[in-house]
Amino acid sequence: MERCAARRAPEEERRVRANAREYNEKFQYASNCIKTSKYNIVTFLPVNLFEQFQEVANTYFLFLLILQLIPQISSLSWFTTIVPLVLVLTITAVKDATDDYFRHKSDNQVNNRQSQVLISGVLRQEQWMNVRVGDIIKLENNQFVAADLLLLSSSEPHGLCYIETAELDGETNMKVRQAIPVTSELGDTNKLARFDGEVICEPPNNKLDKFGGTLYWKENKYPLNNQNMLLRGCVLRNTEWCFGLVIFAGPDTKLMQNSGRTKFKRTSIDRLMNTLVLWIFGFLVCMGVILAIGNAIWEHEVGVCFQIYLPWDEGVHSAFFSGFLSFWSYIIILNTVVPISLYVSVEVIRLGHSYFINWDKKMYCAKRRTPAEARTTTLNEELGQVEYIFSDKTGTLTQNIMVFSKCSVNGHSYGDLQDVLGHKAELGERPEPVDFSFNPLADPRFQFWDPSLLEAVKLGDPHVHEFFRLLSLCHTVMSEEKSEGELYYKAQSPDEGALVTAARNFGFVFRSRTPKTITVHELGRAITYELLAILDFNNIRKRMSVIVRSPEGKIRLYCKGADTILLERLHPINQDLTNVTTDHLNEYAGEGLRTLVLAYKDLEESYYEDWSERLHRAGGAPEAREDRLARLYDEVEHDMMLLGATAIEDKLQQGVPETIAILTLANIKIWVLTGDKQETAVNIGYSCKMLTDDMTEVFVVTGHTVLEVREELRKAREKMMDASRSMGNGFSYQEKLSSSKLTSVLEAIAGEYALVINGHSLAHALEADMEVEFLETACACKAVICCRVTPLQKAQVVELVKKYKKAVTLAIGDGANDVSMIKTAHIGVGISGQEGIQAVLASDYSFSQFKFLQRLLLVHGRWSYLRMCKFLCYFFYKNFAFTMVHFWFGFFCGFSAQTVYDQYFITLYNIVYTSLPVLAMGVFDQDVPEQRSMEYPKLYEPGQLNLLFNKREFFICIAQGIYTSVLMFFIPYGVFADATRDDGAQLADYQSFAVTVATSLVIVVSVQIGLDTGFWTAINHFFIWGSLAAYFAILFAMHSDGLFQMFPNQFRFVGNAQNTLAQPTVWLTIALTTVVCIMPVVAFRFLKLDLKPELSDTVRYTQLVRKKQKTQHRCMRRVGRVGSRRSGYAFSHQEGFGELIMSGKNMRLSSLALSSFAARPSAGWIETLRKKKGSDGSTAGSPSGAADKTLKV
Amino acid sequence: MAVNYSAKEEADGHPSGGVGVPGGGAGGGGGGAGKTRKPDNTAFKQQRLPAWQPILTAGTVLPAFFIIGLIFIPIGIGIFVTSNNIREYEIDYTGTEPSSPCNKCLNVSWDSTPPCTCTINFTLEHSFESNVFMYYGLSNFYQNHRRYVKSRDDSQLNGDNSSLHNPSKECEPYRTNEDKPIAPCGAIANSMFNDTLELYRIDNDTRTPITLIKKGIAWWTDKNVKFRNPTGDGNNLTALFQGTTKPINWPKPVYMLDSEPDNNGFINEDFIVWMRTAALPTFRKLYRLIERKNNLQPTLQAGKYSLDIAYNYPVHSFDGRKRMILSTISWMGGKNPFLGIAYITVGSICFFLGVVLLIIHHKYGNRNTSADIPN
Repeated sequence: MERCAARRAPEEERRVRANAREYNEKFQYASNCIKTSKYNIVTFLPVNLFEQFQEVANTYFLFLLILQLIPQISSLSWFTTIVPLVLVLTITAVKDATDDYFRHKSDNQVNNRQSQVLISGVLRQEQWMNVRVGDIIKLENNQFVAADLLLLSSSEPHGLCYIETAELDGETNMKVRQAIPVTSELGDTNKLARFDGEVICEPPNNKLDKFGGTLYWKENKYPLNNQNMLLRGCVLRNTEWCFGLVIFAGPDTKLMQNSGRTKFKRTSIDRLMNTLVLWIFGFLVCMGVILAIGNAIWEHEVGVCFQIYLPWDEGVHSAFFSGFLSFWSYIIILNTVVPISLYVSVEVIRLGHSYFINWDKKMYCAKRRTPAEARTTTLNEELGQVEYIFSDKTGTLTQNIMVFSKCSVNGHSYGDLQDVLGHKAELGERPEPVDFSFNPLADPRFQFWDPSLLEAVKLGDPHVHEFFRLLSLCHTVMSEEKSEGELYYKAQSPDEGALVTAARNFGFVFRSRTPKTITVHELGRAITYELLAILDFNNIRKRMSVIVRSPEGKIRLYCKGADTILLERLHPINQDLTNVTTDHLNEYAGEGLRTLVLAYKDLEESYYEDWSERLHRAGGAPEAREDRLARLYDEVEHDMMLLGATAIEDKLQQGVPETIAILTLANIKIWVLTGDKQETAVNIGYSCKMLTDDMTEVFVVTGHTVLEVREELRKAREKMMDASRSMGNGFSYQEKLSSSKLTSVLEAIAGEYALVINGHSLAHALEADMEVEFLETACACKAVICCRVTPLQKAQVVELVKKYKKAVTLAIGDGANDVSMIKTAHIGVGISGQEGIQAVLASDYSFSQFKFLQRLLLVHGRWSYLRMCKFLCYFFYKNFAFTMVHFWFGFFCGFSAQTVYDQYFITLYNIVYTSLPVLAMGVFDQDVPEQRSMEYPKLYEPGQLNLLFNKREFFICIAQGIYTSVLMFFIPYGVFADATRDDGAQLADYQSFAVTVATSLVIVVSVQIGLDTGFWTAINHFFIWGSLAAYFAILFAMHSDGLFQMFPNQFRFVGNAQNTLAQPTVWLTIALTTVVCIMPVVAFRFLKLDLKPELSDTVRYTQLVRKKQKTQHRCMRRVGRVGSRRSGYAFSHQEGFGELIMSGKNMRLSSLALSSFAARPSAGWIETLRKKKGSDGSTAGSPSGAADKTLKV
Repeated sequence: MAVNYSAKEEADGHPSGGVGVPGGGAGGGGGGAGKTRKPDNTAFKQQRLPAWQPILTAGTVLPAFFIIGLIFIPIGIGIFVTSNNIREYEIDYTGTEPSSPCNKCLNVSWDSTPPCTCTINFTLEHSFESNVFMYYGLSNFYQNHRRYVKSRDDSQLNGDNSSLHNPSKECEPYRTNEDKPIAPCGAIANSMFNDTLELYRIDNDTRTPITLIKKGIAWWTDKNVKFRNPTGDGNNLTALFQGTTKPINWPKPVYMLDSEPDNNGFINEDFIVWMRTAALPTFRKLYRLIERKNNLQPTLQAGKYSLDIAYNYPVHSFDGRKRMILSTISWMGGKNPFLGIAYITVGSICFFLGVVLLIIHHKYGNRNTSADIPN
């Protein structure tokens, strides 16, 4: 597209002056027009051809084509190569053109989006592509940012604005950006039109989280950083409007700078195929050499004498040179062992499989309206070979939806499902949820199943009231009331949202907050509490508190936090209640719920005054502020009174335990890699049945030093080995120990183990000297959970397994932090619809629910693998059978590179006569129906063990092909040698021989594909019979009088078909050849099926025998866990909003009574937040940037 | 981290998805309104096409073997018997042995005039009842050599006048001679077999010539479609071939191959037969027909015969052999012992294999496959 300017030399720094197009044009910055398309109408042909000839295969065929143009060498006419080559090039070109057309379309769509640009003081609608660097543009709520902008001002106070960066980095939580103070006052267009500041900043780069520059305005310098930038791809949220200065446009934007092509992934079959093609090529050269030597000898012994009838070509003076030429001639005619159509056919088959994945109704998520999508079409068969799955937790295994599920108040547990009689109800027969219609402010989406809690509220139980009051006060949730009664909560973590929503429904409605107050509707009555302090959450404290003054003037501290922390800080008089509550907590934890303990404490006015004074001083202290604050917090959160506990269900995605169970049965190992804390991760591990109480042991590695980690791993290994020794197979163990390394012993471990390792330990475990140890230990375990891992570590773990295990790995995740792992693994799967599209964009397959994974692997993957293997076997077979006949014929034609077949047959054999049936098999074949793949996950194993197509299978195919070719030549040879036709004429003329061999070949390979096809759909029938029919139709057409009369030199076989195929001898020969070629195959397959059937054969056979009978359903019952105590706690969100709330920064002017409170230095809270984050990150040992650090909930 | 950017994705984003709604917010109303993306529920797309799923069971495989065996063996026997009933008599007249009458002609050259002649006497032990076909056979003659096979111009042979005067390059080095185009050009035509064979029956020392029919030995399509004389004013072949020269080895030009106009020039049947190249280096080509005169007498009675050979065709230099073959034919052509034996053998093997498989199946076969499937 000419509209988009060409690239310039890289710039050193960028100077942009606002509202000065002429000035900025000097620098020739890229315009905001993006171009992802590669071609236009003029350049398409040359560029595309150039690209295509960079492929080795295409170049090879071009080389062959050139060889064929040399008359001394040409053993085939030029079109036998050029027709397939042109066909292949055309197909690829059409595909490229279609892709590019859609890219043009989407480019156009994006380039033509409208945005408001300030041009000479007036806002004008402009297309995106006409936006220039230095323009000031206005953005409105929910609009996409058009280019990388310097935020100048916004509708919000202090030049704040909110953006969602899901498109950019995949994080859905909102981020805050702020204009620098001097520009934040430029609210109206007049002022903005006069703005003539100049920005000098870094050149375009791809760092999403960094920006450095300076604004020069009115002889002042203002430093700029990433907090002032709005990047293309973000969406403006909760901000009416904002103005920005375009700094980077179009291809220079950070988004576009990041749009590198993903690494091209190849499947193991691909690699094997390439190796085999190389081998075949070597084989081809060998045959060429043998035949060339034969030719030299023949020319020397016989050809020299035969010159009276057949002189040597011009320029050929010795037998040796003739042999040399014959080598090339043979390379040409034997090249069909590796036909160009192999690569195209493989692509077509994969494309077909990809479409089947896209079309699969059972992988369509109705709720999110997203079908599964195969984003790459090159990996399908590898889906049938997966051995390791690396899964993210949040959003992948879990829905990231927190549901208030149970609670314990004053020693009474609520929330169990109850039937009419008050007994615990079984799952599945759900009663009606509790009716919250009494409460007009209730959230209709909230559901609770135990009516007794609501009754307790209605009866006025003070403990229950206090419980919910705490929930409605102690949080950092922001409320938004779009219209009366329509409340929306903005919570930083879904846990908090769930708790506040629960309180809301039970009549304690958090309505609104100001920096100093919280308004709550308690059972219909509006009460405003004075908010004195928020003691915010962090990872060390694991709790948060608020201090509020009730309307009555009482000061009370409400605290919620992890049980491990809070139970120690209770007043001793709570002992009895604590015991009961602890039991409840155990019970909840046993069900995999996340628990929180709630407590309160009354504060004396005087004490509070004193404490508050000290807090104020500590807050102002220049150094060790954090520590001093922490100590003060610690002091006040003491001797608290226990209120109860909450239990939140981190809702699993649908069908996760079942899926994991089936995948485990299919011998796939599942590792969970999560950024979450150990407790949460382990909880989820239990609730999705990765970990069970039946397990012999769950090893937890939490060491902080190399030595500790090594020790822990060693202990784990020892335990496993001890156990397997005591299991009674000591003998075999001893034997193994003596014969092989320790590692293989671990493979044969008895008993089920699981390994939980956290981020610090993993960092050590992944070091070069320990990684093998770690890997062996981990692989001996049934389940592995790595928690607190950084995105980089996720990738490292995948890399480790890839490196040592030679197994196919699959990574599945949904967030930006999974991208590295998704890209590293052989196959990356993105869960679409949760956390933005980052993971999906990096993935090879995407769908919206984890449970679809079993279908993707066990059904689509298995079939793809099976089909591809069958396809390859047959493909190599048919081409060897076809080509090797030339080799045998060479011994009878003076090694002269004379082909056995008509040139048209050679041209069409691969592209017409035999391509479609095998394609149909490659696309449609099924060995067992899809339901059986799920019922018998063991059916998946051949793929993992690579049994269906490997070097051995390849040699079997080749051998079969060569066997066929031998018969294909020698049976007609035997028959034709002395025979004559039924009219006395010669039978063994070259053309009749050619037709006979070709016909029997086509029939034999058709019968063979018939045998290979296990699933004869109408399409298969059509293609197989159609190919045979096409063969005969084309044969007769090619040999017809009409074509001959038009081109006598091209269609020399005139009249041959009807003459030859009228001979009974010819048909007897064909029948004989077919039977001799096919019978051994049938016998061999029958024997294999009869004596050593594969599982799939057995399943098929069973199906045949008992078609009607329903096989038993393996139904995964959800078993409630009892027993071991695992304390889980919520609060996994990042800290952050507490300070923002207290500063009042994020309050809209409209919603505030008056902005009477003093504002701190404007960028202050953001700065502190950033600092805090930074320090958190460094303690967690995370090496990656701040963008990665946002903890996922 | 790299963002795999595509403008389409940006355009398809969900600008209205709810954020921060308590409980995570399903965000359902977000994006794809309008066209539903739900896959069609068709048998094709859901891979539920009705299909026949054949399995190799004992019930299908074993009968197949037996049936093939039972079909092939009788066919083989039939072919074998038919082939054995065919009379065939072959004489090698190359003359490599010093005792052979043709030994004197061994080193004959193309242009020796008058031709070297020799006579070979032979005796038929059995009479040939039906029509007899007379062949010449050549051995070690590579009519299937690539350079040989392509060395012809079918356009010229089809009577195309421009090709007649400007033959295809494929004919090199037999394309032109002394600046005149060769008709017919190429190595195949140049090396045309030119021995003349005559057959005499010796009855009490009288030599009765046996009528040899020279027409009807080529394929109908070759004679009538593939090979055409050049067309032009009149039917005088000499005039039509004006401006061309004879192939180097030939004693006389192509329009003097025969006296009969419909067997002369490119449509001379001996020429056509020669031009249909053989697939293998040892081959026989039909030379003449001997028709049965009446139903009372066999075509060739048992007795003495003599073969007069005008020996023109040199083969000794490349160890070639020349033969004369007399043969009758059946529905399946000439003598063909291979096919019959092959059929009997294959049929027997199939039958035997069937028996073996049956035994294996009964002894070791997995008959209770349906019982339990390991899982």
